[in-house]
Amino acid sequence: MTATEVDQRVITYNQAFNETLFELMREDEDIFIAGEDVGRYGGVFQSFAGLNKEFGDRRVVDTPIAEQAIVGLGLGAAAVGLRPIVDLMFMDFVMVAMDQIANQAAKMKYMFGGKATVPLTITTTGGAGLGAAAQHSASLEAWLIHVPGLKLVYPSNPYDLKGLLVSCVRDDNPTIVTLHKAMLGSKGPVPEGLYEIPLGQANIVREGKDASVVAFGRMVQFAEKAAAVLAEEGIDVEIIDPRTLLPFDSEAVVNSARKTNRVVVVHEAVRNGGIGAEIAAQIQEEAFDYLDAPVGRVGAPFSPVPFSPALEREYVPDADDIAAAVRATFNR
Amino acid sequence: MASKTAAKKPAKKPAKKKAATGAKASGADIPKEVLLDLHRRMVRIRHLEENLGRISTEGKVPGFLHLYVGEEAVASGGCAALTDQDQITSTHRGHGHLIAKGGDFNRMMAEFMGKSTGYCKGKGGSMHVSDLDLGMLGANGIVGAGVPIAVGAAFANFYRDNGLVTMAFFGDGSTNIGAFHEAANMACALHLPIVFMCENNEYAEYTARDRVMAITDVADRAVAYGMPGVIVDGMDVVAVYEAATEAVARARRGDGPSMIEAKTYRYYDHAGVQGLGRTYRSDAEVQEWLDRDPIDLFEAQLSKARVLSKAAAKKVHDEVQAEVDAAIEFADNSPFPDPATDLLTDVYTEMN
Repeated sequence: MTATEVDQRVITYNQAFNETLFELMREDEDIFIAGEDVGRYGGVFQSFAGLNKEFGDRRVVDTPIAEQAIVGLGLGAAAVGLRPIVDLMFMDFVMVAMDQIANQAAKMKYMFGGKATVPLTITTTGGAGLGAAAQHSASLEAWLIHVPGLKLVYPSNPYDLKGLLVSCVRDDNPTIVTLHKAMLGSKGPVPEGLYEIPLGQANIVREGKDASVVAFGRMVQFAEKAAAVLAEEGIDVEIIDPRTLLPFDSEAVVNSARKTNRVVVVHEAVRNGGIGAEIAAQIQEEAFDYLDAPVGRVGAPFSPVPFSPALEREYVPDADDIAAAVRATFNR
Repeated sequence: MASKTAAKKPAKKPAKKKAATGAKASGADIPKEVLLDLHRRMVRIRHLEENLGRISTEGKVPGFLHLYVGEEAVASGGCAALTDQDQITSTHRGHGHLIAKGGDFNRMMAEFMGKSTGYCKGKGGSMHVSDLDLGMLGANGIVGAGVPIAVGAAFANFYRDNGLVTMAFFGDGSTNIGAFHEAANMACALHLPIVFMCENNEYAEYTARDRVMAITDVADRAVAYGMPGVIVDGMDVVAVYEAATEAVARARRGDGPSMIEAKTYRYYDHAGVQGLGRTYRSDAEVQEWLDRDPIDLFEAQLSKARVLSKAAAKKVHDEVQAEVDAAIEFADNSPFPDPATDLLTDVYTEMN
């Protein structure tokens, strides 16, 4: 069942996030939200607007600017049975809180021999494109998928955002929901009411037979543009959006590779050590004999995210980069 | 080199704000059964730790070991002020906290030896031993990291309005890390039911407090967060218990966080029984603290007050030692986890 069959109502990515939080909190009294500016102000992007007014200071908590304590607040509360949602505002701030995320929340269950349950959701905004410069534009999925115990989603549209957020909040493990900050105003059909998109299940955004593009987050819309251009050149592109990066739907990607024999992996983070390297490695392990070309990788060049729009435009991968990488798989 | 300050007897220090009983806690008003309970908690810690140190030198305990011997009065006095449902967070030196919260020797000893019957099925070891059923939210390998977790548990208690209190145990060294500051400030800003219990043993690992801190008393930090901070003699279990009882009552009635600094001392090295270097503290300093051993002091008090005779005290030691012996036997006879079935379990909570 696709989104359009369910409901034609169109809202923004940010509205989908906000609405989902209202619906989840009405459903489950154990859910609370904590983070910087999430309460009275409604979040720096107004993603949390109105929640404090409806649910009060007890359930929508303004915190100090203290990322370690914010994650610790969620972790300690989760370990004793609540279902917290804590916000880290910008994905770069994940690094400030990394001990509580990676050493504490992610490892608690295993270290305690399975006794602990940590139904903690961390929300954050990743990605460049707003001139937010080097400390407010990161995509750190590669850092986080390296940590056993975590789950991570990076939705590419409002419909997926809602379903993935619901699944993350209802999950009994520490999950990280990454919104792309340049997509907050992007629109799409979203049904009212709660629904889940299973974690670890990729979406075939576009079926094709000649080459596969694996893309997530904001890169999906660029992949779609590239596919339209390539279609005119006679190249039929399949687009796979993994949606969840941890756990990763390797099967969907490998199946697509076996079908099209050419794969390009796209992400916004720098290529070096990026998730594209992991995905490419999995493809060569599982589908080497099917490949007609090396797996292509599209990612940002190896520098911090630049500030000036002139530089940032060049830095962030776009449809042209993706199309060029797909063409390259035919030139071998 | 021994620090002059570290060798001072804490009982002579003027408290910034005196605890309920100050340094002259006699326990006169404390019911006999509570006094005996405090004693047994300390003895349980002492015997388990001494024996654990011994078997570690026999090669039975893999990994790092941070023994709690010398600091028994802090965990015992603190946890005796809590209910079974109240929560604590702990440190890398966490065995004493779990024992004081009611930890089971068999499961502890098995965990320390890496056996599948241990508290963490052999996946945590000394530094991560925990029992969530006892409200013990884990020893912790990262200095200061338990404190934000304690704030989270305290928030849950506030959220549920269940009357429970969380006590965060931490060392003097952890008050220098950012996580501690973030957590203390947040707890006070949100007015949470929590007690910050600092075990000031005067050393951050192998470095004397006065080499890494410009203040003498950790309790001085409390005022910066807007909570009371008291100093107690951490070798006097009654003093710790009385200060903890007052702080817990304050938290429980909704009056917010407070901090207790217990001046105490670690008999063995930061890690293991005897580390490689002997240069960081003097024998004279160690002896000065050994002379104020919390169990010896308390047994003398109890004997004088005719609460516990020397013979009765010995009986407690014998009983506890038998419990430890049985735990070592239990752990010795327990299987190691099976890599084929156990290595990859419990990384995630399975859904549906």
